[in-house]
Amino acid sequence: MARAMNRNTALRIALPIVMLALVLLAWDLTVRGFGIPPFVLPGPGVVAATLVADSALLGQSLLVTLSLTVQAFLLAAVGGIVLAVAFNQWRLVEHAFYPYAVILQVTPVVAVAPLLLIYLPQPLAVLACAWIVAFFPVLANTTLGLNSVDHNLIALFDLYKASRWQVLWNLKLPAALPQMLAGLRIAGGLALIGAVVAEIAAGSAGAGSGLAYRIAESGYRLNIPRMFAALLLLSVAGVAIYFVLAGASHLALRRWHDSAVRRER
Amino acid sequence: MTSLSTTAPPLVSLRNVGKTFDSGTVALDGLTLDICDGEFVSLLGPSGCGKSTALRIVAGLSTASAGSVEWAGGAAGDIGFVFQEPTLMPWADVTANVRLPLKLAHADAAMADQAVAQALARVGLSDFAHSYPRELSGGMKMRASIARALVTGPQLLLMDEPFAALDEITRFRLNDDLLGVWQELRRTVVFVTHSVFESVYLSQRIVVMTPRPGRVSTEVAIDAPYPRDERFRTSAEYAAYCRTVSDALAAAMAGAAA
Repeated sequence: MARAMNRNTALRIALPIVMLALVLLAWDLTVRGFGIPPFVLPGPGVVAATLVADSALLGQSLLVTLSLTVQAFLLAAVGGIVLAVAFNQWRLVEHAFYPYAVILQVTPVVAVAPLLLIYLPQPLAVLACAWIVAFFPVLANTTLGLNSVDHNLIALFDLYKASRWQVLWNLKLPAALPQMLAGLRIAGGLALIGAVVAEIAAGSAGAGSGLAYRIAESGYRLNIPRMFAALLLLSVAGVAIYFVLAGASHLALRRWHDSAVRRER
Repeated sequence: MTSLSTTAPPLVSLRNVGKTFDSGTVALDGLTLDICDGEFVSLLGPSGCGKSTALRIVAGLSTASAGSVEWAGGAAGDIGFVFQEPTLMPWADVTANVRLPLKLAHADAAMADQAVAQALARVGLSDFAHSYPRELSGGMKMRASIARALVTGPQLLLMDEPFAALDEITRFRLNDDLLGVWQELRRTVVFVTHSVFESVYLSQRIVVMTPRPGRVSTEVAIDAPYPRDERFRTSAEYAAYCRTVSDALAAAMAGAAA
């Protein structure tokens, strides 16, 4: 059993690496074999070299985008959770605001971004775009969690005459934690997407210096290797965000929730 | 039938209690019942006869649409409630679950620690104080649920088919342990069940209810002495009581069908 498990784990780690190596090899051979010029399709070697050569510029842009993403994520987390709690505690608030939360969510942010850029100072407009994209999954998932508490546990709290805040703090919030964390995990990825969309929309307005802006700018200058390098950094940032949030979620739930507990078979 | 085994004054009296849900379902109609101080009484009836509803009304978790619930002291006393499911908080360990009622009442920490330890010892869960519910078997979860109901030292323990989902061996052991706790504490227990055998084994008095709308059909006193154990379960006396109660239940069902 243990050996089979180890083999499984080894395969799970080795296969993606082998696949990556194969793709890079095929990419390199194609570029070399057909003599494709770097301004059409740079080979992996050129991209890596650009990554190193432009590391100061790209690193700076990465920091800008990441800081925007983190701010948008934190605001989305706080806003989504606070709003979900307010919806749960006061039905009137839910009736008043929920339709607008949905409208905000279903309207494509690419279409909203130019408007926001007119009315808000650019850094604020970019942050607002990223926030709009990221906050809804937190709101929707937390609301679902808060509303699906075991009714017998609610009866138990009633029996012991728990106050509204005791019910919220000791029962509803812990019960909603798995859904809330799922919402946050989605929001992390969406905050990055929102930040990129907003940066691209703002790019033409100048002043931007995030990774998305670098991609747009490099495109205008036909600096395709730098486009690839910046794109690579964005993907890595997205994957890192996903793993950080997934890890945090696992740590929070590992003792009690089925999603995080490994079952022995 | 008026020959009841207990002569203690009633702790709670239900007078002509009726319950009609918003859907129009009449769960209870004219339920009159005295629950005496210190007794072990079972409410026995088919599924959907309103016995759980009656229990929730006594607990104050549901309100009667007609009639009244009167407590001996005027105000409702301390109640412990055991649900059909263990109803534990999955994110909290056994200690935190059992401690919950004291926490909600802002009890003194040292006193609470002692009460929790005592309640866990009483149900034989001391070794699992820091386990999470998912790490426990069905029987152990139910023990934790009972410990939580006992931790406040309630006057009245209400149990809503607590052992219905357990296997027979576990159920028998929990029956015995529950009787042990009851004999030691002498608190009033109202036990809802649809098992004739379980109700005869446990109770001093069995209240047989009619199918919906629920009301009292008959009462049967079980005058067998405590402590009861496996010998009682296989005795002729037990068999005779089971037959009496089965007949009473059949009569209650037939009466309603007619």
